[in-house]
Amino acid sequence: MTGDLKHLPLEDLHVAANARFGAFAGWHMPITYPAGVMKEHLHAREHAGLFDISHMKLIAVEGPQAAAFLDRACPLDAGALAPGQSKYTFLLADDAGILDDLIVTRLGETRFMVVANAGNADADIARFRALANGFDVAVTPLDRVFLALQGPEAWAALSRAGVETGGLTFMTGTELRPGWFMTRSGYTGEDGFEFGLPVEEARTLVAKLIEDDRVMWIGLAARDSLRLEAGLCLHGQDITPAIDPATAGLMWAIPKAVRAAGGFVGAGALSAIVARGPAEKRVGLKAEGRLPVRGGTPLADEAGNPAGRVTSGGFGPSAGHPVAIGYVPAALAVPGTRLFADVRGTRVPIDVHPLPFTPHRYRKG
Amino acid sequence: MATTYFTEDHEWIRVEGGVATVGITDYAQEQLGDLVFVELPETGRTLAKGDTAVVVESVKAASDVYAPVDGEIVEVNSALSSNPALVNSAATGDGWLWKMKLADEGQLSGLLDEAGYKALVG
Repeated sequence: MTGDLKHLPLEDLHVAANARFGAFAGWHMPITYPAGVMKEHLHAREHAGLFDISHMKLIAVEGPQAAAFLDRACPLDAGALAPGQSKYTFLLADDAGILDDLIVTRLGETRFMVVANAGNADADIARFRALANGFDVAVTPLDRVFLALQGPEAWAALSRAGVETGGLTFMTGTELRPGWFMTRSGYTGEDGFEFGLPVEEARTLVAKLIEDDRVMWIGLAARDSLRLEAGLCLHGQDITPAIDPATAGLMWAIPKAVRAAGGFVGAGALSAIVARGPAEKRVGLKAEGRLPVRGGTPLADEAGNPAGRVTSGGFGPSAGHPVAIGYVPAALAVPGTRLFADVRGTRVPIDVHPLPFTPHRYRKG
Repeated sequence: MATTYFTEDHEWIRVEGGVATVGITDYAQEQLGDLVFVELPETGRTLAKGDTAVVVESVKAASDVYAPVDGEIVEVNSALSSNPALVNSAATGDGWLWKMKLADEGQLSGLLDEAGYKALVG
């Protein structure tokens, strides 16, 4: 049943590549290709993995008051971003719950690009438009193919395909050609790029990339295991409207001056949470043995008292052991703390573990 | 001489001398993707048809494997503890899951034969 699902503009290419499809965030998405999740995952770590992430939404924010508007909508100092600089940020509710996590890139004096998650895009656009009332700014969702090329050979493969990424370093972006948007960032912990472009040009570029032995299509299953090893949050699982940035351990994304000025939606509630200290904190979790501990699994301490829960979990093909992210009482959020997961009645030892599980290898300069 | 049966849940059952060897089909292992863990039952456990006998864990998800008929587990494939990927590489051979002594051989007539299973998965 795919009747109600949205379809990727390049779906025919995934069909031709013999992808196995599944539903994610309202989209009919390639989950794995014939190589399988394990090989796909390792390929992205060792070479270059090509992901179709066109389910995610590019939203252009432009106008004389674009920066002021973004500073209200997000805990951000948009005016302080240098042209080309990207920043990880959030849309917060009044109670500081995380409605979505976003990447905002400054493209010019009055032009910004927002990348939003698939499942939240429509709500984000509606919220942006509501908050834009009174600001001289236009919020424009774009129809683009959005791709990611991730891995140590991503740069070389793009270059061979005729895309020169110039001086882009980690968390910078540019409008390389008319209708194109490209950042050096990603969701794997590896060096790599995300690029939005018109569909016909995307077909030409994909054809060039995929003929390169270093490049392989990677499905959503490996996208999830890659980001989990990299300790990156999935909105809807690890961060939700019930979780604020302090509890999630993501306050690094909110500059101190922005917190102090308190001009963004949710600022008051967030400042109160920071002042009293969050009751729980997000941590990495490593189970003993090979049994994966999945999202939703409750955790307990040595004495059997409830001690939080797993929000994402699986097996890390590069780590070689189960990997998970979850929330535990703040006092227990110390690497090495021994907890226990209840998996189908089996008490599985699981330790608080530093994130990421596999080191980030971003190209910072 | 062994006879092989199949279920709509994508298991195969090879019966010889009142003992059934059970595994998942090649179609099933392809659907599941790379397995990283197989939770095996204790030998001696008595299963009723439909009970969860084994849980197979792929990178992404856990899936139950059910007892296709009633019986008592007499052996499990302990090679899967260190090498769960055997189920992917040899689903109908070295990747077998458990052996059970049949309680009622009459239940076998309710299972699919190979032609019936092939018609099911297309």
